[in-house]
Amino acid sequence: MAAPMSLLVEFGGGAELLFDGVKKHQVTLPCQPEPWDIRNLLKWIKQNLLKERPELFIQGDTVRPGILVLINDADWELMGELDYKLQDQDNVVFISTLHGG
Amino acid sequence: MVVCVALCMTVGPYSGNRLALIVSFPSCAEKCMKCKEASPVLVIRVGDAFCKACFREYFVHKFRAMLGKNRAIYPGEKVLLALSGGPASSSMLRQVQEVSAPQRSNSLHLASLVCYSEGAVCGQSLAERGDTLLQMETILQASRFPYHLAHLEEVFDLPSSILQHAPHNPTGPKNSYKEAVEGFIRQQRREEGGSPSLPERQIQEKLAEVSLRDVPGMEGLADPEARLLAAVRTEQLIRLFGSVKTLTAKEELLQTLRNHLILHTARTQGYSKVMMGESCTRLAVKLLTNLSLGRGASLAMDTGFSDDRHGDVVVVRPMREYSAKEIAFYNHLFGVPTVFTPALDTKALEKASIHRVIERFVYGLQAEFPSTVSTVYRTGEKLSVTPGDASPAAEPERCLLCLCALDTNVGKCKRCLPAPG
Repeated sequence: MAAPMSLLVEFGGGAELLFDGVKKHQVTLPCQPEPWDIRNLLKWIKQNLLKERPELFIQGDTVRPGILVLINDADWELMGELDYKLQDQDNVVFISTLHGG
Repeated sequence: MVVCVALCMTVGPYSGNRLALIVSFPSCAEKCMKCKEASPVLVIRVGDAFCKACFREYFVHKFRAMLGKNRAIYPGEKVLLALSGGPASSSMLRQVQEVSAPQRSNSLHLASLVCYSEGAVCGQSLAERGDTLLQMETILQASRFPYHLAHLEEVFDLPSSILQHAPHNPTGPKNSYKEAVEGFIRQQRREEGGSPSLPERQIQEKLAEVSLRDVPGMEGLADPEARLLAAVRTEQLIRLFGSVKTLTAKEELLQTLRNHLILHTARTQGYSKVMMGESCTRLAVKLLTNLSLGRGASLAMDTGFSDDRHGDVVVVRPMREYSAKEIAFYNHLFGVPTVFTPALDTKALEKASIHRVIERFVYGLQAEFPSTVSTVYRTGEKLSVTPGDASPAAEPERCLLCLCALDTNVGKCKRCLPAPG
């Protein structure tokens, strides 16, 4: 049972356009039976934060190629990508490197 | 470096497996691969993880090495930086500032910026454009370099000379790089010994002041007549882009007009070098896009380090060895300010234009095979222009819009010719 946790989720490089142009989101994830990882977070973002065109942000169960993910200012490739177990007060940043965001 | 490329290419098809291996054993990247001490913050290539300090050093060094290796900028030469406010050009500005630090001997003191604004055709309202410009100006002023603002609307007032190749001025620094460097050092010594010159910083401030007064900014718009003219120009521009049917053609039109605008600014202000901030990811996409658009013959010009199609103004691309990922990380980690402006294809469908399709193709492959971009980019690096067989001395016929040599009269290929004897 994962306790509710608070995260700072940020979007940049044009990705914020899909979130009403808001770059920083202070979010609280609810309790759920399995622990929170990036895979679950992406699903949660798709259902709760994403305002339009989900295919421009998420493809399959991961982010669209060209969108970088930083967990606490480090490359998610070093943290286990989708399987990274989120901690309370983590900072997750999504930066689009695609032309036009 | 050659060994490394060959390796990447031979392991290409298996990279997916290699990646899977690394993901399942994250312990292999516990320390920075360079200093072997600090914990890493990003993976540049498969298996190469850098810590923050080493990454910064690597990034700054690469810029200096790029300019040094290509001997692109002569000492004391005036350089114009083309800025859009996007990640690559903003990071380029930061690199030029790093190189221009007063303690550096080989610095770019005479750099200046041109910022172009094309919000009108990308669906930005007047208020949004004002906002973007304000953000840009804050960055430009903070940089302390003199700057010029160029609106895409100004293309209607460009002289027709913009469509002509201007031969290189022979009185310029045509002699060897070494001579130029020596001449510069001699001149500096003379200045130090002779009349007391203003400190560098003071000169820069003066320059900035002067250029600020030149900018036809807000005070110009206060005049109702000028405002009306600006509105008419914007209307014309929107109509021009509206008359173009496909997004592919719009992208190409925008690129052509933008290049003309930058070239015009460089010529009127007397710059012989323009720096553009295209990253290697962008150039890989551009290379395949241009192939698809039938611009294969101009690839070397369109994607190479230095592009001298205009004759008097040479375009250089010092950011072409950085991937989009490196640039995004650098900007994020070191607080480089960027301004996001929507492009023509923002929120467009994935198959809306050839540019878009190719971009998706390259990024999609890159996600599975991390050496895709570098392989495409390095292939492009090997392209070079060979002068026409017929008369290498004669001036080649050029395309009116992009000024590349025409490739419409190439004759038959060797295979089609009848075999000799």
